[in-house]
Amino acid sequence: MSLLEEISASLQKGDDNEVAELTKRAIAESIDPKEILDDGLVGGMDIIGKKFRNHEIFLPDVLLAARAMYAGMDLLKPLFLKDGMPHIGKIVIGTVQGDLHDIGKNLVGIMLRGAGFEIIDLGKDVPPEDFVDTAEREGADVIGMSTLLTTTTPMMTRVIEILKERGLEEKISTIVGGAPVSVELAQEIGASSYGYDAANAVEKVRELTA
Amino acid sequence: MEPFLDRISRGEILISDGALGTMLFEAGLEPGHCPDMVVLEKPELLQNIAEQYIEAGSDIVHTDTFGANPLKLADYRLQDRTKEINREAVTLLKEVAGDRAYVSGSCGPSGRILEPYGDEKPEDVLKAYTVQTEALISAGVDLLCLETMIDLKEALLAVEAARSISSEIPIMTTLTFDKTPKGFFTIWGATIEESVTSLQAAGADVVGSNCGNGIDIMVEIARAFREATQLPLLIQSNAGQPENRGGQIVYSEGPDLFAQKAIELKEIGVSVIGGCCGTTPDHIRAINRAVS
Repeated sequence: MSLLEEISASLQKGDDNEVAELTKRAIAESIDPKEILDDGLVGGMDIIGKKFRNHEIFLPDVLLAARAMYAGMDLLKPLFLKDGMPHIGKIVIGTVQGDLHDIGKNLVGIMLRGAGFEIIDLGKDVPPEDFVDTAEREGADVIGMSTLLTTTTPMMTRVIEILKERGLEEKISTIVGGAPVSVELAQEIGASSYGYDAANAVEKVRELTA
Repeated sequence: MEPFLDRISRGEILISDGALGTMLFEAGLEPGHCPDMVVLEKPELLQNIAEQYIEAGSDIVHTDTFGANPLKLADYRLQDRTKEINREAVTLLKEVAGDRAYVSGSCGPSGRILEPYGDEKPEDVLKAYTVQTEALISAGVDLLCLETMIDLKEALLAVEAARSISSEIPIMTTLTFDKTPKGFFTIWGATIEESVTSLQAAGADVVGSNCGNGIDIMVEIARAFREATQLPLLIQSNAGQPENRGGQIVYSEGPDLFAQKAIELKEIGVSVIGGCCGTTPDHIRAINRAVS
């Protein structure tokens, strides 16, 4: 097994110490950091994502793999300091104002990071303006909104309204998800896309940023 | 009242209550506001809802303490009011229930993620549930309902905590499952089989499922539970999925469907039937008529 394959394997096992050790070794052996990221870390997370989608593994395993992925990414970050960590898109995510549920949103963040996106996670109970202010300031491509409560879906509508008010609706796409959200609701409120679960969210975000 | 477990072992079917959360939202609960604080702020609202369920046929009413675990209350910085909220929640229901219905102490997930997947230590989760169940039991609940569990380890810690306070209090424990092509799993990966085995060993008296699904899937889940265990079963189904119809949230499954399916649940051998998100006193009335 090559060193990068070992990193991927250890990541899939959720062994963050091992991934850190192997990543250090790969850096010391002058392997291109982008290769370490793509083939080692993102490669491992991709397999995790596929297994999760196929119901072969569940949330705890994804969380462990994510922890291992972050352990490796933390070591690579300084090497990308000049241009920043390469990414295929920048997404602002959060649970909407009035809602504190975040497991779903956290999982989406993990899967998107694992797919090579840069994530700015605003946490929970996020006011509509904050989503747009942050996306605008950071040059994000997509705003992702999550909610578990039926009563807070108007907060998603408000974000889309603010984007329109600021003339940003072409520049910044939106994707929504959560138990009370459906593809019909997403269409009604004018969201760009809808993800029915975390794995689907990654596919949809890839389409939005293609 | 006659002991809850005696009636169940005699083969009686008991009717639980329906949703509380969605009823509170209908009554104007602000999103972002701690739902358990309604206990202290608008107790008469909770008493009114309980009265409606009892009149509709509920044999059991649940306290508004689903999120009153100190770890969960900490999200609102209200952890110091844990005992107060849990005790008051019981007292206000006992006033209404009298000898017409059992008061069940509702305990939901802590909202934290246990090591090694997250940062929460099992002993801290155990302590949190011990504080909550002690308050509920000392205030005089007739039984406990540890519900909407997804992490089996957490559910077991909750049962352990309750049993450390009382070896006799009847404990109902329900988990939320997803239907997948590979079978029923909680999002944490627990199966029905491993859940019933460990819950039984830990001292749960009644097991089952609540939330996450409409009643068709809940019937399938009930069947799977019945195959896995002889323990009494509890099923509390959502009223289908919420749909946005011109700004109004409407749940897709009505009382008539619930009545139909309740008969199936009875045939499967479920002992306690109630409702979760989106259900109303009308759903309970329909269930009651169908199985009583």
